[in-house]
Amino acid sequence: MAWRWDFAFEILPQLLWGAVYTLMAAGIGYLLAVFIGLIFMMGQRTPSYVLNRITREVVEFFRSTPLLVQLFFVFYVAPQFGIKFSAWNAAMLTMGLHYGTYLSEVYRGAIEAVPKQQWEACKALNLSIFRTYGRIILPQALPVALPGMGNYLVGIIKDTPMLATIGVVELMQSANTVGSLTYRFLEPYTMVGVIFLIISLPTAFGLRKLESMVSRRQGISKQ
Amino acid sequence: MNDIENTEEKPIVKFEEVTKRYGDLIVLDKLNLEIKKNEMVSIIGPSGSGKTTVLRMLMTLETIDEGVIYIDGKPLTHMRSKGNLIPADEKYISSLRSDIGMVFQQFNLFPHMTVLQNCIEAPINVLGLRSDEAEARAIDLLGMVGMLDKKDEHPSRLSGGQQQRVAIARALAMRPKVMLLDEVTSALDPEVIGEVLSVIRKLNSEHNLTMLMVTHQMGFAREVSDRVCFFYEGKIAEQGTPNQIFETPKNERTKQFLSAVLNAN
Repeated sequence: MAWRWDFAFEILPQLLWGAVYTLMAAGIGYLLAVFIGLIFMMGQRTPSYVLNRITREVVEFFRSTPLLVQLFFVFYVAPQFGIKFSAWNAAMLTMGLHYGTYLSEVYRGAIEAVPKQQWEACKALNLSIFRTYGRIILPQALPVALPGMGNYLVGIIKDTPMLATIGVVELMQSANTVGSLTYRFLEPYTMVGVIFLIISLPTAFGLRKLESMVSRRQGISKQ
Repeated sequence: MNDIENTEEKPIVKFEEVTKRYGDLIVLDKLNLEIKKNEMVSIIGPSGSGKTTVLRMLMTLETIDEGVIYIDGKPLTHMRSKGNLIPADEKYISSLRSDIGMVFQQFNLFPHMTVLQNCIEAPINVLGLRSDEAEARAIDLLGMVGMLDKKDEHPSRLSGGQQQRVAIARALAMRPKVMLLDEVTSALDPEVIGEVLSVIRKLNSEHNLTMLMVTHQMGFAREVSDRVCFFYEGKIAEQGTPNQIFETPKNERTKQFLSAVLNAN
């Protein structure tokens, strides 16, 4: 089976359209995860033992089961209990929760990396807990968290093909459709791989730039 | 200053039978200590004698296991509500805490902020100053500690002595009544200790400030203090004027400690 350029160009628009949805899914899923992660992180840092315990178990549960299983559960099992989601909503919810638990661990590690003397300085200056987090602790945790956060951004992009399994029309699903209609698989799947590279490589590069920019802006030079 | 008439009467800080434990270890053992307004008190003693704990408890960085600490006559952990003493809430503790400022051994400046930002953050967000008021106050204080030319630098570009001077300005910007100095020269290179000590000397002579200082600088404690307390195993083993303590110590432990420390120098 030889590579056919004319066929490749013919299916390119369809695949690019799929790629737009891949980017949207990854982008929205990641944004959700960033916020859900913050909530999980705060849950794990509250003084309340019960809340603390519950959050820990939930985080552990989501981290220890595969994304695909969670996806199927939300999309196929939940409706049997009367909770219905569209494929797209099920995808966003699951990815947000799944990656949110990963990110909460990234945040936790980053916050623990801020010396405890910084908390004491805040207390001695009488800063409120919100100011302490918002102005002093989180800004210092950010440079520590960024590499981990970036990894999971690339990770979530690469996990979007799983959404094809519940029928979300993204890049992978577009290639599946092409393949099943034309019985040509070489071009669509090769192109899927290449498009993922084209998305992931600049993302990773951009993230590294962002990391060094943030460190520089905070006067914590990396060199 | 309309509370001058109280100056002699009421101590601004009072420890009453205060005990602190870490597990089985007794760090402070029924400590009684009174500090008068505008008094400069030095705490000296071997490490592990509970010196720093005294300051940390006053700053509410440590809990109190037994006893009461009063700040300006008010108990630190309890407040009055309808005639009853109830455990203090955060608002009450925070209002008492605003009388106290602390300078740490490791400076603890905020590394992501410039020198000026370090000094205006809390005055703006805690005291509610306008940013131009806070800046004017900060610039004034940075001038006093000789750090005005570095106001736009980040702490990582400053020497230890410079960082510590900024930390002193940052604490002063909150206008505390009581200043706690926790081994402020212990983390410094010998050649910059002098610049920090001279700032404290200036503070002591030019400002009406109550100061409680934990230090290993015996010469300095002797020079600036009104009173020196020698701590041993969680208690004040001996206290008195610098001359009493350094010239004619009575307690055997004090004698041993001073001869060990002074011989080492």
